[in-house]
Amino acid sequence: MKIIVSVKQVPARDSALRVNDDGSWLDQSDLTYEMNEPDAYALEEALQLKEKLGGEVVVLCAGPQRVQQTIREALAKGADRAIHVEMDEGAYGDALAVGRILANALQPESPDLVLTGLQSDDMGYGQTGVILAELLGYAHATIVMEVEPAGDSVRVKRELEDGWYQNVVLPLPAVLTIQSGIKKLRYATLMGIKKAKAKEIRVISAARVEAGTSIERVYLPQKSKQSQIFSGEPKQAAQQLVEKLRFEARVL
Amino acid sequence: MSVLVVLEQRGGKWNRQSFEALAVGQRMAEAASTNLQAVAMGGSVDALAREAAAYGADKVIALEHPLLNEYTPDGYTAALEQLIRDINPTTVVFPHTYQVRDFGPKLATRLGQPFVSDVVDIRVESGHPVFVRQLFQGKMNADVEGAGAPALLSVQAGAFRAAQAGSSASPIERFEAKIDPGQVRSRPEAPFREGQRSIDLGAAEMIVSVGRGIGEKENLGLVEQLAEALGAELAASRPICDSGWLPMERQVGSSGQTVSPKVYVAVGISGAIQHLVGMKGSKTVVAINKDESAPIFESADYGIVGDLFEVLPALIEEIKKVKA
Ligand SMILES: Cc1cc2nc3c(=O)[nH]c(=O)nc-3n(C[C@H](O)[C@H](O)[C@H](O)COP(=O)(O)OP(=O)(O)OC[C@H]3O[C@@H](n4cnc5c(N)ncnc54)[C@H](O)[C@@H]3O)c2cc1C
Repeated sequence: MKIIVSVKQVPARDSALRVNDDGSWLDQSDLTYEMNEPDAYALEEALQLKEKLGGEVVVLCAGPQRVQQTIREALAKGADRAIHVEMDEGAYGDALAVGRILANALQPESPDLVLTGLQSDDMGYGQTGVILAELLGYAHATIVMEVEPAGDSVRVKRELEDGWYQNVVLPLPAVLTIQSGIKKLRYATLMGIKKAKAKEIRVISAARVEAGTSIERVYLPQKSKQSQIFSGEPKQAAQQLVEKLRFEARVL
Repeated sequence: MSVLVVLEQRGGKWNRQSFEALAVGQRMAEAASTNLQAVAMGGSVDALAREAAAYGADKVIALEHPLLNEYTPDGYTAALEQLIRDINPTTVVFPHTYQVRDFGPKLATRLGQPFVSDVVDIRVESGHPVFVRQLFQGKMNADVEGAGAPALLSVQAGAFRAAQAGSSASPIERFEAKIDPGQVRSRPEAPFREGQRSIDLGAAEMIVSVGRGIGEKENLGLVEQLAEALGAELAASRPICDSGWLPMERQVGSSGQTVSPKVYVAVGISGAIQHLVGMKGSKTVVAINKDESAPIFESADYGIVGDLFEVLPALIEEIKKVKA
């Protein structure tokens, strides 16, 4: 089974986010990056499927030079090779524009399965997998918790709202967007890191596409609710809070 | 010219988020002085369409087809593509549900349009809509422009007040969609729940809820002590349950339980929207987080900015003092 995992590199979860001077995007000088968390689970699922069924796992990642660090990590964990679609810093456009770029890179590979995380922690569109499926003419399922390939189809467990689930059978090739937390993530071993150095990263340039929407401004959300925040010494803050809970909220 | 709202139902019941989308549609239609249409879709939607007709749209469209009886992304996309091409709306509004996440971007791509997902606010600036979306799980906002026509957007749960039913009834019109069984590739099985819930957090008066800020399973004892001191039930954000540190049935959020206690204490929880929807009905919300810009503070009545490993012992001691 040939599986392509589309992964994104995003600012690390505990990064301090600062808006740049003209308010157009973040100040990137103090950002560190990591693999988008749901994508790490998509990769894990792909690697486990390969261990069970054999085949190949190919990592697809679009972005500037820095994303090669994320690609190396995926290769060290066990992916066989990678495609890096080179793009300038910041020149991303909307999910459809990026989807078109990724679909272009993906098409010639003719995979059986395409896995991605269900959304990215930075933009949070939650669209890339679905757009890829439509552009490639593949079936798809989102918010996937379990994957069971069977011949030329795949049965997946999807998460619905309020603790409901649903199994769905799809013909291959298919795109699945994977939910976070569904498996235990592996670490790259020293051996894996060593082997990764010899693995192929094919760098291709991004197809030219037009972006529909543009982000005009980013800013910190304005507080709409009146919250009383205590930020002094822990002991003092605890006293202030307990006082409020007793005499204002009257719950103690 | 019109604004179209795509309502969502499951098993003959409206998803209440549909009426939040309808309210947004109303606003957009008023701003553009155009009319508002709402579509009810499914296998048979007579009763649903009549119910929806009370919510103030100029027209309710009943879009019925045997292949829409069960939701599939292929069936829904095919039907809505035909409707949208036929009525040619300027704007299409969806509720941002799991189902819309599943087919909205596909439909938009089919139409060659971007999908502006999970919108939390809309401004009209010199005649053009500016859509506000959240980035970084709610830590940052972005103004998005250039959605084109039709502009396709989904609105976040709870971001807009829902439209209310009135006494007048909009006319209901039928739309015939052609869907070929061969177009529908996925075969959905019956939805199910896993296991019985032995804890109903929905009935709890006080809840202490723990998130990834707790770091390690071994540290859970600290929040257990806080819960005990308060006489509260213990709950958690999703990653804690995913890791198996607490059972799934203690998860609060869109895919867990919905709670509305008198006091909800969120410890080391960032406040992602999928968590917030499960606890926003709480009367008093307390947040303890070391990051002062964590979105959870936006939903909190009281907050302590600090390291939970320092704050919790002090808090437990204070509570014990006043309870003694
Ligand atoms: C389809 C879907 C469904 C989902 N359903 C749910 C759901 O039902 N319930 C749910 O909860 N989530 C759900 N999620 C996940 C959700 O998006 C978030 O990822 C999750 O809620 C984050 O959990 P958290 O706040 O515990 O972790 P994080 O976002 O990692 O936050 C940890 C917080 O702890 C703080 N912290 C760290 N160390 C300390 C310290 N020493 N002292 C004090 N504070 C500290 C950090 O500042 C941070 O704010 C869902 C996601 C999707 C896409």
